[in-house]
Amino acid sequence: MKELRLMKGNEAVAEAAIRAGCDGYFGYPITPQSEVMEYLMAERPHETSGMIVLQAESEVAAINMVYGGASCGKKVMTSSSSPGISLKQEGISYIAGAELPCLIVNVVRGGPGLGTIQPSQSDYFQSTKGGGHGDYRLLVLAPASVQEMADFADLGFELAFKYRNPVLILSDGVIGQMMEKVELKPHKPRFTDEEIRTNTPWATYGKTPDRERNIITSLDLDSHKQEDHVTHLAEKYKAMEENEVRYEEFQCEDAEYLIVAYGSSARISQKAVNIARAKGIKVGLLRPITLFPFPKKPLLNLSKQVKGILSVEMSLGQMVEDVKLAVECKVKVEHFGRYGGIIPTPDEVVAALEQKIIGG
Amino acid sequence: MSDIITKEQIRQPENLVYTKTKLLTDKALSYCPGCGHGTAHRIVMEVIEELGAQANTIGIAPVGCSVLAYEFMNIDMQQAAHGRAPALATAVKRLMPEKYVFTYQGDGDLAAIGTAETIHACNRGENITIIFINNGIYGMTGGQMAPTTLPNMKASTCPYGRDVKTMGNPLKITELIAQLPGVHYVTRQAVHTPGNVRRTKKAVRKAFDLQKENKGLTFVEIVSNCNSGWKMTPVQSNKWMEENMFPFYPLGDIKVDGQLVK
Repeated sequence: MKELRLMKGNEAVAEAAIRAGCDGYFGYPITPQSEVMEYLMAERPHETSGMIVLQAESEVAAINMVYGGASCGKKVMTSSSSPGISLKQEGISYIAGAELPCLIVNVVRGGPGLGTIQPSQSDYFQSTKGGGHGDYRLLVLAPASVQEMADFADLGFELAFKYRNPVLILSDGVIGQMMEKVELKPHKPRFTDEEIRTNTPWATYGKTPDRERNIITSLDLDSHKQEDHVTHLAEKYKAMEENEVRYEEFQCEDAEYLIVAYGSSARISQKAVNIARAKGIKVGLLRPITLFPFPKKPLLNLSKQVKGILSVEMSLGQMVEDVKLAVECKVKVEHFGRYGGIIPTPDEVVAALEQKIIGG
Repeated sequence: MSDIITKEQIRQPENLVYTKTKLLTDKALSYCPGCGHGTAHRIVMEVIEELGAQANTIGIAPVGCSVLAYEFMNIDMQQAAHGRAPALATAVKRLMPEKYVFTYQGDGDLAAIGTAETIHACNRGENITIIFINNGIYGMTGGQMAPTTLPNMKASTCPYGRDVKTMGNPLKITELIAQLPGVHYVTRQAVHTPGNVRRTKKAVRKAFDLQKENKGLTFVEIVSNCNSGWKMTPVQSNKWMEENMFPFYPLGDIKVDGQLVK
């Protein structure tokens, strides 16, 4: 029987993490994502699955706890919102450099600085282009519903361990705070010690006589080795681009115009597509589900069919750069966005489409 | 010349009075000759060997001179970002409470950039052991002022001596964390004489034993020399340490069985 619940996005990702067999959550309060840790603390998963939940002294400490836990082959995660995610960038860079699997959730609010506590999508560059120092990428999943907040916890862990790479769920204040019906997956057991030894033989669980010591580090003072290491990372990112692109098309079959939007902007744009179609405008929506790897090929294909593309984001225009690169500037690409915590209405999106793409 | 003992003769088993622990690798130490780090490494690894805990110990290396500790310590190790070792250790211990978990950190790492991680791991009473090497200087980066640099002591970023009016006083972080209820055992030792080596080893052993009993955080500070950073010979640096560091950082137990030593 299906297990259905009415939940906030923040609660859904927390519940789904328990069910995904998560070993440890390390967080620090920040609006609009504090419900993740509040939910976990209230659920006391330590008494059921054995998952530990710890409130750290800072986002910096929380991500470094994730680094320590991930080094042991454990399924560990953290969550935060934009200013807190900025603080975590040091740790994320180390985790990427040391090739550790983990799950990071960013429930984005408007910036820069302390900004606003209202929803935004202005962390796209930080999320998809690295974020911290050095050459690295995160695998970025962008949920557009509370259901996807739940589904991406398990998927995120799966991909993190598949690639030994941090996975970021790039959500926003809308998806984190709104309530929707969620179908919850059955509980998965946590990794056993035996599974950790078999599946993550690189992990630091104690040096046994049958193997050399395991070392988790992102340091190599020999630059030739470091270059080889970064080349290895690049190959991994290429494999992600080949295998992990996820996206959804809505009314694209006969589309003459295209909207590209992710997360809550995609929900708003879906409504905009319906309004525009009622007015006789043949417009479709491409929703990237993975922001890295970005759905370049489907966009390039659609660019041959449509007369113009509107990138709708709650930012000054960040993803629009990737859209332009994907379509190789062969078709007109414009950006429409509200920012600073303001959410665009579907009518505003339709008006922008008419002015910037159809009339422009 | 039959009265001269050859290298091969010295290496005969009957002449062997001491051997390096198997928990130190054969890699040549990267530390400057005369530095106390090598001795401190040996002590920690000897204790783990005596506990038979190679398979049950996770060490966390810092950033600083001992950033490469994992090259020398023959156990599973993680290399932390600067100052964050206690955060890593917290998670490792929480996720694998049956393991021995320790951090090995210098003064810049533990008492400057990592102050928050240090204090909060201590305050939570994490069942980990912190080995704190205090030489009052940033050795790895070339001798800059550390949080524990003594008043008027010269360093490359205080070339005229540490002016406490503008640069602050040295931070006695060990006394500070000893106040916290989560901390069970705090001691300050040295490794520059055989007697001090023996006392430090006893202290490290005690810290690990208390960790096994889940008593809370155990903290062993080792006041050490940095002959390169202090621009002295090893012998001069040990003398200077006794005359200047020890009066400011007196050796001995600071907290035992959860009680401050009067």
